Amino acid sequence: MSNYEIREHDVLVIGAGGAGLRAAIEASAQGLKVGLVCKSLLGKAHTVMAEGGIAAAMATVDARDGWQTHFRDTMIGGKYLNNWRMAQLHAQEAPECVNELERWGAVFDRTHDGKILQRAFGGHTYKRLCHVGDRTGLELIRTLQDKGVHSGIDVYMECTISRLLKDGDKIAGAFGYFREDGRYILFKAKAIILATGGVGRAFSVTSNSWEYTADGHALAYEAGADLIDMEFVQFHPTGMVWPPGVRGILVTEAVRGEGGKLRNSDGERFMFKYLPEATKADYAADETEAERWLEDTLAGKLRTDYRRPPELSTRDNVARAIYTEVKAGRGSPHGGVFLDISYQPADRVRKKLPSMYHQFKDLADVDITKGPMEVGPTMHYIMGGIKVDADTAESKVPGLFAAGECSGGMHGANRLGGNSLSDLIVFGRRAGRGAADYAARQSGLPKISDAEVKAAIDELEAPFKRASGPNPYKLQLKMHEIAGSSFGIFREEADMQKGLADLEKLKEEIKQVGCSGGKNYNPGWHLCRDLSNMLIAVEAIGRSAQSRKESRGAHSRLDFPETDDNLGHENTAVSHAGGGQMKLVKTPLSEMPAELKDLLKKKETAHA
Amino acid sequence: MRNAQMRVFRGDATGGDFKEYTVPVEDGMVVLDAIHYIQREIDPDLAVRWNCKAAKCGSCSAEVNGRPSLMCKSRMESFAEGEIIFVEPLRTFPLMRDLVTDVSWNYEQNKRIKPFTPKEDAKWVMYQEDVERVQEFRKCIECFLCQDVCHVLRDHDRKDAFIGPRFMVRVASLEMHPLDQGDRMKFLHDEGGVGFCNITKCCSEVCPEDIHITDNAIIPLKERIVDDYYDPIAKFFKTIFSKN
Repeated sequence: MSNYEIREHDVLVIGAGGAGLRAAIEASAQGLKVGLVCKSLLGKAHTVMAEGGIAAAMATVDARDGWQTHFRDTMIGGKYLNNWRMAQLHAQEAPECVNELERWGAVFDRTHDGKILQRAFGGHTYKRLCHVGDRTGLELIRTLQDKGVHSGIDVYMECTISRLLKDGDKIAGAFGYFREDGRYILFKAKAIILATGGVGRAFSVTSNSWEYTADGHALAYEAGADLIDMEFVQFHPTGMVWPPGVRGILVTEAVRGEGGKLRNSDGERFMFKYLPEATKADYAADETEAERWLEDTLAGKLRTDYRRPPELSTRDNVARAIYTEVKAGRGSPHGGVFLDISYQPADRVRKKLPSMYHQFKDLADVDITKGPMEVGPTMHYIMGGIKVDADTAESKVPGLFAAGECSGGMHGANRLGGNSLSDLIVFGRRAGRGAADYAARQSGLPKISDAEVKAAIDELEAPFKRASGPNPYKLQLKMHEIAGSSFGIFREEADMQKGLADLEKLKEEIKQVGCSGGKNYNPGWHLCRDLSNMLIAVEAIGRSAQSRKESRGAHSRLDFPETDDNLGHENTAVSHAGGGQMKLVKTPLSEMPAELKDLLKKKETAHA
Repeated sequence: MRNAQMRVFRGDATGGDFKEYTVPVEDGMVVLDAIHYIQREIDPDLAVRWNCKAAKCGSCSAEVNGRPSLMCKSRMESFAEGEIIFVEPLRTFPLMRDLVTDVSWNYEQNKRIKPFTPKEDAKWVMYQEDVERVQEFRKCIECFLCQDVCHVLRDHDRKDAFIGPRFMVRVASLEMHPLDQGDRMKFLHDEGGVGFCNITKCCSEVCPEDIHITDNAIIPLKERIVDDYYDPIAKFFKTIFSKN
């Protein structure tokens, strides 16, 4: 058997984006020995790409805001499928977590009176997103990184975990390898926190980075945890569509938050047509009112009596609208629609949206201060993930915790923009504390059998023994094809059946995947492992989507276009049934306390 | 569709050479796309470090036709038809394999810098005009291109004596934070090696975030050091009133 090093920790955090870093800092603050595993270099995780802001009811811009309204917006945005307790904790704790970031050195944009500035965003009743231009994620990750390196955490960079190991039912450790030289490492740990992010690399048009290969989803699934709400995949309405080399790269929602207007090829502001009846009253009735809102916003007024423009509807809705306009032949020359902010003073655009300005100028030769952008939907986020306890972030597997995008429940059927960064810091902190409490209750390190370690090594080495097997990059393209054509923005039964059948064939090919070369920094070898993880995620998305016979939030079915109230009380959960079989069950939502139900009933006049 | 002729460095610490590849070019393609094409179609084990492909993470730093660049921002259309495109790893850091270098030294430097130390009674009121210069420094995506091009690190290999432009920017972001009260001047003078920089501004030229590294970070820090250590009048008073 190959050699491997052994490291021991009370708490091991896998994933070093916002949630992982926040969790590691918290667990370390409880006095425990903490390890932090990064798949990439520290500070490069996908959090760095978040642009628009962190949603928190700080009420620095609009004094009417409070956690109750944030909770309500989140539940409405999630079409009431959210874990209400997570949505409640998130709304209540986000402001203190943002303040904490400021105390650790984050420098947010400011209001005239020197407080943290907040901007409007889709689905939020009030101006609520704390931000730094359009590079908020960078600010968040760098702040946590700089805090983390002075917190006594052991950081393992460019280290990939391939398996979680258990002692009986309990988590006992993790096995993986370092990219640099392919050497193996066994982590023994009392508790493990997964914070590995999303699954976007299973789709071809995505805003997600290299790391997003469903690692945490797959590790937890294989260890026996449940994955819930996997049918809910968020397609961000505005990704770049041209040139082809940049297709899918995110165009922040902040463009619309700052007044960006969506138009089709007829010059029509089409979003007025696509507002759902349920929330129509929250948005401007016509262009005149939308213009008034804009004038107040540009004038820097702290509150306005006009309702927000229809472009600030929720992401699921705007993405469907754009897709529908393009299908109806009213798209832009390269198959998107127009997003225009160029009517504003060029200086303001460059100041409020600096990275968008450079992104379009450098990558598409478009000056967004002079003309419109072309945008279209891009796979952006998965609402579904590891089912966890809201208060502690613990999964069904004792000692296994999860936070951030790889966890499920917080966002229900559709996530509001800005609720992801706040999710990371609120539940990162809770997971850190939950795992620390659990670890402190354990008498010693759990045991790991040699057989399990050997199996982990054999699995990693297998692709080298099949050098003539299929090329992993080609198999990834096949996966893109299946995910895009069967489980994309609109779904129907026949497509999904075909997709699931194609996945079974792909599963067999992935079993034969081969790689050449050595173990030193070999991306082909790495992808062999990533493929199995993404396969689990796509199958979970597919089976969950097929089972939900209605349209709700981000899950849109052409054959079941309506929302079915009877299906609004249950989540879809998949788990490992042994023998490579996926088990799917429907689990009822827990009963919401009366005081929260009252919050949902209360109708506010929504001006932001 | 035209083809591009590329020469990509293949090898490790024991040696290596440029390998020739022909890559079809589509609209808007960047060098990183060409590298991915090579991985998918020709050499699956070609080592490259990348994450976002949107110029936000600073992972895909390399030298493209000799210029330190982010591969995700280097457009294939910027090269003339028939021009051979050379892609090689950063020269200032030890080679791991192909286009990937060991940049861990940079992470060690960050640990040496005293972290953000706010005033205990801070009210946390800061005005936009007071934070703007710090926000410029905080745009840094840690691509380490400035470190790669810095003569002190690249040509003289004085990693033992100079923390490099990236960490001058980091120190400046802390020193100029309106609520920070940590003092990093002694560190900069004694260990950071601020005196090594001779203001050639190469670092500012390669910065993909357009941070004015030399003008806005390094020169003001140098001025503070001069005030603290080399001001003859201050030195005179210090000598007279020193308790020792």
